[in-house]
Amino acid sequence: MNKTPEQVVIIRTGVANIASMLAAFERLDVTPLLTEDREIIADADHLVLPGVGAFGAGMKRLEELNLVDILRERLISGERATFCVCLGLQLLCQGSEESPGVEGLGVIEDHARRFSDALRVPQLGWNQVVPADADANTFLTEEGYAYYANSYRLKSIPEGWRGARSTYGAPFVAAIERGNTLACQFHPELSSAWGQALMRRWLVGNPARG
Amino acid sequence: MLTTRIIPCLDVKDGRVVKGVKFQGLRDAGAPAELAHAYETQGADEIILLDVSATHEGRAHQIDTVRRVREKLSIPLTIGGGVRQPEDAGRLLDAGADKVSVNSAAVRDPELLSRMAERFGSQCTVISIDGARVGDHWEVVVRGGREKTGMDAIEWVKRAVSLGAGEVLLTSWDRDGTRSGYDLDFLQAVSEAVRVPVIASGGANTPEHMVEAVEAGADAVLAASIFHDGDWTVDALKEVLADRGLCIRSVAKG
Repeated sequence: MNKTPEQVVIIRTGVANIASMLAAFERLDVTPLLTEDREIIADADHLVLPGVGAFGAGMKRLEELNLVDILRERLISGERATFCVCLGLQLLCQGSEESPGVEGLGVIEDHARRFSDALRVPQLGWNQVVPADADANTFLTEEGYAYYANSYRLKSIPEGWRGARSTYGAPFVAAIERGNTLACQFHPELSSAWGQALMRRWLVGNPARG
Repeated sequence: MLTTRIIPCLDVKDGRVVKGVKFQGLRDAGAPAELAHAYETQGADEIILLDVSATHEGRAHQIDTVRRVREKLSIPLTIGGGVRQPEDAGRLLDAGADKVSVNSAAVRDPELLSRMAERFGSQCTVISIDGARVGDHWEVVVRGGREKTGMDAIEWVKRAVSLGAGEVLLTSWDRDGTRSGYDLDFLQAVSEAVRVPVIASGGANTPEHMVEAVEAGADAVLAASIFHDGDWTVDALKEVLADRGLCIRSVAKG
């Protein structure tokens, strides 16, 4: 049986708070290492791309740290465990309405779009997450409630990925996964026991994936 | 569906929870971390912790308190009290807050909201407004209601949101502590004036009050004494609210 790793590497994007993320890993008995060191990030077996802040600022930071190529390759192969949260998910796209003209990592052929003006934005609160095509080998296996704090989102699960949906006005992408990559629009670290369970599954990895 | 958040609020002074908290099974009901964790276990959707310390020395405990609460808490944590500069908010966020609320400091210096939103994002920036009814409108009050500002609360909330506040914590000063229900007219006026989430505060005593607040436009309801006094546990309250048709995050019994 797979075990949880001793350490996860978290990219210091430096935009805002990630104390909740650090605390969540500590509760899972994993040591989080917050760093901007390119070598450590390149070598990380378990890597977290946290995300609070604006799309443009996030990409600028990844470029300054010279991480764009490393991340793109890693995410395209999907072999090593990578966990992207909130803005971290949106950064996988080609771009976002939030920062027109800024190029994203481009791992997903889509753009993040703002929620409808008919809704209260940001979406702040707990929404139901429903896996779309879960099976024994997916990270996203069970329905549950997750905490969101977002104004932008993806509308549909990209081709070649599996995922889960929530509904705010209309259905949107709650999370996606491919290989050992898990990317969540919500904040698992703030989603109580359900979120902790999801993080644990990502940490342990699936035996079927090797 | 996005659910209605049920938010217990803890008033903390000098690192200790104030107001008599009667909570079964806690070793130390005055410890914010232990109480916040107990509320999470009951199914609270978020915790708001307001530092009401009057002195600088009292406030010195705040960072340490936030750190201790964060260690145990895996739901969102909003901190208010004593924030005058973005740096103050930054320290609270670093210690483990997910959102920071500002009240009288923003009344004195509205640009504080835009500086905070620019640096940390609107989703971290909460405008807390205490309003008192004056005739047919509501006036902003500060310093625990002791000081009327002459500002119209509806105009202020619009301005605060346009400056970057991503959420409104709306307290009716007339209803706070009375247990006579939220000020529904105030709530409705504010929720129609802005398009960010609104948290209803001040006056909660029954599940019916919370249903009314949601019908008036609230996205979340805050309560303090009904939880602290042991009248309601969060899960029992949520069960009633779900029966009355509110969209509520159910918490599996474990």
